[in-house]
Amino acid sequence: MKHVKTLNTLQTVAKGGCGECQTCNQACENV
Amino acid sequence: MIHKYSMNGYFIVLDVNSGAVHIVDEVVYDVLDQYKKTDEEKIYDKLRDKYSHEQIAEALDEINELVESKMLFTEDIYEDIIPLINRREPVVKALCLHIAHDCNLKCRYCFAEEGEYHGKRELMSLDVGKKAIDFLIKASGKRKNLEVDFFGGEPLMNFDVVKGIVEYARSVEKENGKNFRFTITTNGILLNDEIMDYINKNMHNVVLSIDGRKEVNDRMRVRAGGQGSYDSIVPKFQKLAESRNQTGYYVRGTFTKHNLDFGKDVMHLADLGFRQISVEPVVADSSEDYAISEGDLPVIFEEYERLAKEILERRKKGQWFNFFHFMIDLTGGPCVTKRLVGCGSGTEYLAVTPNGDLYPCHQFAGREEFKMGTVDTGVVRPDIRKAFEKCNVYNKPECKKCWAKFYCSGGCTANSFNTHGDLITPYEIGCEMQKKRIECAIMIKAAESEK
Repeated sequence: MKHVKTLNTLQTVAKGGCGECQTCNQACENV
Repeated sequence: MIHKYSMNGYFIVLDVNSGAVHIVDEVVYDVLDQYKKTDEEKIYDKLRDKYSHEQIAEALDEINELVESKMLFTEDIYEDIIPLINRREPVVKALCLHIAHDCNLKCRYCFAEEGEYHGKRELMSLDVGKKAIDFLIKASGKRKNLEVDFFGGEPLMNFDVVKGIVEYARSVEKENGKNFRFTITTNGILLNDEIMDYINKNMHNVVLSIDGRKEVNDRMRVRAGGQGSYDSIVPKFQKLAESRNQTGYYVRGTFTKHNLDFGKDVMHLADLGFRQISVEPVVADSSEDYAISEGDLPVIFEEYERLAKEILERRKKGQWFNFFHFMIDLTGGPCVTKRLVGCGSGTEYLAVTPNGDLYPCHQFAGREEFKMGTVDTGVVRPDIRKAFEKCNVYNKPECKKCWAKFYCSGGCTANSFNTHGDLITPYEIGCEMQKKRIECAIMIKAAESEK
C-alpha cells in the first residue's frame, strides 16, 4: 500500500477466556 | 467504528473492533472524514482543491481494500460473548489482603485515611490470613493461578504476619493444585536489607510508592510530624530495584493539581536509575485543593504528549525505561474476554480487611453496604457480586460507544461510585486522561515501527 502502513491485524475470541491471567495491556501467553 | 488522530507528525487510524492500527498519509486521513458519510463524487468535490484526482482515487482504493479485509470499519462481534462470560462458574482467584490498617505516613491524598479505611487502626492476625488463603483455595474452583496482594496501610508494619501467610500458602498450594503469586506495596519507611532479601525471594512483584521530585514527594507523602519521606526511601528503593535486576517492581507515584508538570517527575525517577515507572493521576473529592478538575485536562494532555516524545528521544539514546501507562501490546495483549470485564473487582478479585471482612476491592473496604461476607462465611451477598458482574463495557452506555473500550475495559468501578454514586457511569476526567494515554502509547509504537 502506498498511503497506509498497517501495524497489526481482537478477532483471541476462540483462544481467550481461560481466566488464568493475573487479576487492581500486556500479552497473554495463552493467546 | 474508527478513531483517528494526529500526533507528533503521525496520522493514526485505529479500527476499534478489530484492534488494527494504521499509520496513514494526509490524503487517507482527510478522505476518512468523508468516507461512509457521503458518496465518492462528493469526496472528490470536497478535496479537489487539496489533492489530485489520482491521489484521492488511490486513497479510496486502499481504504476499500482495508474494509474488505476486515481491518477498517469492522463490525462489533463481541457483545454476544458477555452471556458466555456470565455463565462461567463464579470464582475468586485474587485477594487484596489488608495486612495493616495502619500507616507510618500521613499522605495527604490517601483514600485510606492514614491507612484506617473509615475505621480503627488494626492489624491482620495470622489466623485471619490463613483463613483468607483457605477461602481463596476453596472459592477459586478450577483456576490454578491465584494472586495475593499484601496491601495496607503499610504492610511492613505487620511483616511477621506477611511471612506467616506466605509460608502457610506455600505449604498447602501443591496438594490443592494451585500456584500462588504474591505482591506487596510499600512506602519504604521500614525497608531494610533483611526485608528486601525476603521480598526478593518471595514476592512476584513489588510496588514502591514515591511521587517523583523531592519537593513534590515531600509535599504530599509526609510523616506524622510533617517531615518528608524522600531522603529516607530513595536509597532503599534504588537498592531494591537493582537487587531485582530492574524487573518485577514498579516505583509508583501520584500526581496532583500541584504538579501538572508530572513528566518531570517521571524523568526524575528515570534519572535516579529506576527502569519501571508509574506516575498516575490522583482521584480525589473535587473540594480538595490538590484534586484534578476538567479545566486541568488541556495542560495534562500536553504533558502526556511531551512525555511520550521525551521517552522516544531517550530510547533513541539507549536510555530505556518503561512508563506503565504507555504500555500497550498491539500484536497480542489480553484476550477479548479480559478486555470486556477488566480488573475483576467484586467477582474474581476481592479485598480482605484485617478482621476478615470481604469487600469488592480495596477502595470499597470499610463501606458497610458493600461488605460481601467474611473469610469464615465466604460470599453471602451474591447480589453485590451480580452488580459487579454487570460492570462490562457493553453495560455502560458511555463505554459502549467509546473507541477506547477494548483498552481501558470500562475504567475503575470505585472511581465511578465515588464520582456518580453508581457502578456503571464512568469517571469522565479519568476517561479523558486514559484516552490521551492510549493515543500516546500507540504513537510511540508508530514511531518505533520506523526503525
